[in-house]
Amino acid sequence: MSVTLRQSDVVHADLLVARSNESPPLAKVHDISVVFGKGAGAVTVLSHINLEVRKGEFLVLLGPSGCGKSTLLRLLSGHIAPASGSVMFGGQRCNMVFQEHGLYPWMSIVDNVAFGLRMRGIAKNERRARALQELRAVGLEEFAARYPSQLSGGMKQRANIARAFANDPDLILMDEPYAALDVQTRRLMQEQLLELLSRDNRTVVFVTHSIEEALLLGDRIVVMAARPGRIRREINVPFGANRDLHTLRRQAEFNEMAEAIWEMISAEVKESFRKGV
Amino acid sequence: MWKVRATHVVLRILPLVAILVVWELLSRLGIIDWRFFSRPSEIANVFIGMIMSGELLKNVLISLRRIFLGFALGVIPGIIIGAILGFSRLADMLVGPLVAVVFPIPKLAILPLLMISFGVGEGSKIALIALGAVFLTLYNTASGVRNLPPLYREVGQSFGASRLQYITAIALPGALPHIMTGLKLSLQTALLLIVAAEFVGAKDGVGQLIWTAWEIFDVRRMFVGLVTLSLIGYLLSIAIDKIEDVLLPWRASELAAAGK
Repeated sequence: MSVTLRQSDVVHADLLVARSNESPPLAKVHDISVVFGKGAGAVTVLSHINLEVRKGEFLVLLGPSGCGKSTLLRLLSGHIAPASGSVMFGGQRCNMVFQEHGLYPWMSIVDNVAFGLRMRGIAKNERRARALQELRAVGLEEFAARYPSQLSGGMKQRANIARAFANDPDLILMDEPYAALDVQTRRLMQEQLLELLSRDNRTVVFVTHSIEEALLLGDRIVVMAARPGRIRREINVPFGANRDLHTLRRQAEFNEMAEAIWEMISAEVKESFRKGV
Repeated sequence: MWKVRATHVVLRILPLVAILVVWELLSRLGIIDWRFFSRPSEIANVFIGMIMSGELLKNVLISLRRIFLGFALGVIPGIIIGAILGFSRLADMLVGPLVAVVFPIPKLAILPLLMISFGVGEGSKIALIALGAVFLTLYNTASGVRNLPPLYREVGQSFGASRLQYITAIALPGALPHIMTGLKLSLQTALLLIVAAEFVGAKDGVGQLIWTAWEIFDVRRMFVGLVTLSLIGYLLSIAIDKIEDVLLPWRASELAAAGK
């Protein structure tokens, strides 16, 4: 199915012009295609994707389900290989923030957070100290000795984030980390993430299907389309540091951008809605 | 609070006490034949006598020794072979069918064969228990390793775990609940097998005690043997639960969280 630009896209186009950015790319995806399955049942999940991740930016992959945004993330993490094209990563470590079940149930929270450091052969005392420091940053210090099953979903997610940060990665990948959380917890977690990143500049690629979340967190948003998964548009987010949802929601620009993005993806969402996907 | 607990304790032991009282009464009133069913007071007398003489303890220790030796000899290779089968497709292809063929044979049926190989003494009994334990442990360990959530491996890869690190830091602890299930089943089976083995050819042990009581038709001694087995089984299950709490401290809270 080919997607034509709708009138509303054009109206808002001036808001969505990508600015040039001087930062060098940390990771580069070049003309990637990913196909799942073989023969007649083969599905092209991603088609000819080009993407640069710049050092220090918060890049959001936004799109409806089925657009291959998680696949793109797993491609960056090296968990899957492309059918064609190449992925370049200029850093040493790239860590994924997994969903809550990604914590190992037999390890205490502090041991879970120190896991990456343990795999790197860092001495026990040092890795514990660093893990505790990250736990303090996400407000879980007093739960260090607990097991994951003793924590709520939001706390587990914070532990997952602390684990990725503790490993001191050049690139952090987050795959809808807050999707399973209730609205209140989700909002607090988003605020905490912004706070963490303001203290400690990291490069993040964040997958979400929430337009509001994308605008709240991202420096740059890559809007994707489905069947086959491809990049629709790149958007630079003009809101700068120290944002919060409360203030943003009162800004006309925020609401206009949210509407413009919604227009961009809604045709497709409605289409799949009709098909009962 | 202690009142509630005391009530619970009373409720728990009430049915047992009731059965003993009814049994005693029926026997004394001549409604059931005491020669066939004895009565609790007499069994208790014989029980105490056998404890005092040291006869009971001697036989219990002999049976326990056979159980523990057989258990250790079965469980240790069971875990090792099970882990190898779980990790290696090649090993699974080579050994898997063999295990699948031998596993369903009731281990008791192999006892005569074991007696030919290991003699009628300690060897065949320990070998029988080891045989029962090795398959149960192996089977559970292999399936525990095989059925780990794929996410465990993905997280490991993301944090740069080597293959060896994956095995030692992720797969084995991750499979520990299954391994524990294998150990529990092995212990239950060991109790079953030891009694049967001691029935057939033994000069001592709790099984032999019950069997000779049957041969001289001493119902009271038979019941003493049964009560002793019940106690051994109960204490062993408590012991293995304690071991589980130590080895798998996260399980208790996990089960509590799952509402079990």
